[in-house]
Amino acid sequence: MTTTRHAPPATVRVSAPLGTGTHGDRKPGPMLFLLLLWLSLLVAFGVLATLLITILMDGWGKLSPQLFTNYPSATPETAGARPAVLGSAWVIAATAVFTLPLGIAAAIHLEEFADKKRWFNRLIELNVQNLAAVPAIIYGLLALGFLSLLQVQNKNIVIGGALALSLLILPVVIIATREGLRAVPREIRDASLALGATPWQTVWRQVLPASVPSIATGSILALSRALGEAAPLLVLGALVYITFDPNGLMSGYTTLPIQIFNWTGRPQEGFHELAAATSVLLLAVLLLMNALAIFIRNKYQKRW
Amino acid sequence: MTAVIEKAAGPELAPGPRPGTQFAGRRRPGETLIRMVLRLAALLTMVTTVGILIALLIPSLSFFAEVPVWEFLFGTRWAPRFADASFGAIPLITATLWTTVIALLVAVPFGLGAAIMLAEYAKPRTRSILKPVLEVLAGVPTVVYGFFALQFVQATVLREWLQLPTGAFSVLAAGLVMGVMIIPTIASISEDAMSAVPSALRQGSAALGANRMQTTLRVVFPAALSGIVAAVVLGVSRAVGETMIVAIAAGSQARIVTNPLEQGQTMTGFIANAALGDSRVGSLEYNTLFAVGLLLFLITLLMNMISIRFVRRFREAY
Repeated sequence: MTTTRHAPPATVRVSAPLGTGTHGDRKPGPMLFLLLLWLSLLVAFGVLATLLITILMDGWGKLSPQLFTNYPSATPETAGARPAVLGSAWVIAATAVFTLPLGIAAAIHLEEFADKKRWFNRLIELNVQNLAAVPAIIYGLLALGFLSLLQVQNKNIVIGGALALSLLILPVVIIATREGLRAVPREIRDASLALGATPWQTVWRQVLPASVPSIATGSILALSRALGEAAPLLVLGALVYITFDPNGLMSGYTTLPIQIFNWTGRPQEGFHELAAATSVLLLAVLLLMNALAIFIRNKYQKRW
Repeated sequence: MTAVIEKAAGPELAPGPRPGTQFAGRRRPGETLIRMVLRLAALLTMVTTVGILIALLIPSLSFFAEVPVWEFLFGTRWAPRFADASFGAIPLITATLWTTVIALLVAVPFGLGAAIMLAEYAKPRTRSILKPVLEVLAGVPTVVYGFFALQFVQATVLREWLQLPTGAFSVLAAGLVMGVMIIPTIASISEDAMSAVPSALRQGSAALGANRMQTTLRVVFPAALSGIVAAVVLGVSRAVGETMIVAIAAGSQARIVTNPLEQGQTMTGFIANAALGDSRVGSLEYNTLFAVGLLLFLITLLMNMISIRFVRRFREAY
């Protein structure tokens, strides 16, 4: 290689791999640009780390078994989040039972059976995309309006919250399932059909089993979103003082995010520590769910 | 392919005795039933949309029977619970605008920076570490972000460290944290858009002597522009619709916000706050919730439509 004195940009560096275009990367401009790029990632990392650290520091003192066993109370020393833990479990379980069959069924219809040339099916697709971006609080208003229409007096019941959250994550489940189905190659379906299976048998025995990992991943992520969501439940009146264990679909309840919101709004410092401790708990559960989803995706997902 | 087979399997094309297979065969009531169920499930998504519209429209209509639309949209005083009630949504709209603009000032540059880093610079291994971190950022519950905004950003950073003249709440703290929340949304969609740009374009640019920065800014960025615009528009819609952060950290005084250090009540903040007081079904207060909800829904719907349109454009280009 020759080192040219005037260094025109036409200098060819054969040693560099073809097409990376790293030539001239060490000039001040590009270096500054790269620095800014790193900075923007650093902001994301930094805020996440700060958030985790400050919340852990705030809540450390209150992270005790008492958080799981005690009921909320007027004094921070004795207060716990037991009804919120149970309430979250009830609401998420009900949400899963409502959403998953519906979402997966709708996705199968759209991906495998619907004629995509028909305007109606295209409208449904567009609609699913839109629903995915409707603000969560609107789903709360929808459930509120619906329950009022049914003349339900007490709207703070598990089934009401589960209804709002189900509709909220339904589009997410549909979109994730469709992507899973789409990843199954055409040949699998053709082979099944060629062996005499009906379209439904093909879907049920070949396509669905092959896409279970990605459907599971999407479903877990959707449920973890529902678990962290507070706005729709707030509208339905889940911000209540509950001193009993929620025990059924018609039972009153509160959830972990709502409990956090409640304690955040109190003036006493002790409640803020409780809010932080509960946030740590919620974040731990969500991280576990996310890790599980990533694990399933990496371990079981087939690359065709 | 399926279409062909389905046609052959139709009963009208299968006359006479068939050879051994069940390939074309008989009607299957079970399968017809299953397909009906699947179709119903898909239709339910339409029912949800219609449900949202009806649920918002009916109470809103009775709201607008009492309060003129004009007064609602352009009135400058929001006091739905006072004796001399007044329903001008401008205070709510200004607070929403402030939080949205602040959030975008954070989310757009940093989100795009992260996207460029991941799409253009990061090696596969670096990327496989960095991307999950962004996903974690997206998975933090908004109520936790709200707590963080109030306890750390507002109380510690803005008041203690920077000594800014601000009260217990501010739209600035809410907006900043909301911006961080939106970074992953913008980063992941714009990264998709940039990764979809064919590498032939990059190689062409490199062959002409451009470095990676020039390639990124002058070739990849313009080529991915529609996807990036879609990401930003979606970011706007998320910022407008986000509730818990503003409900916790932005305060609950509905007045026209002129300065980001003031507190203010956004549209979503009002809905969350008003829902806490148990308003009687059918009362004007109850209907007010839905009128604000309708405004919010229409704004985000418009944003989503624009975003979808731009996403389509970049998907179709390659």
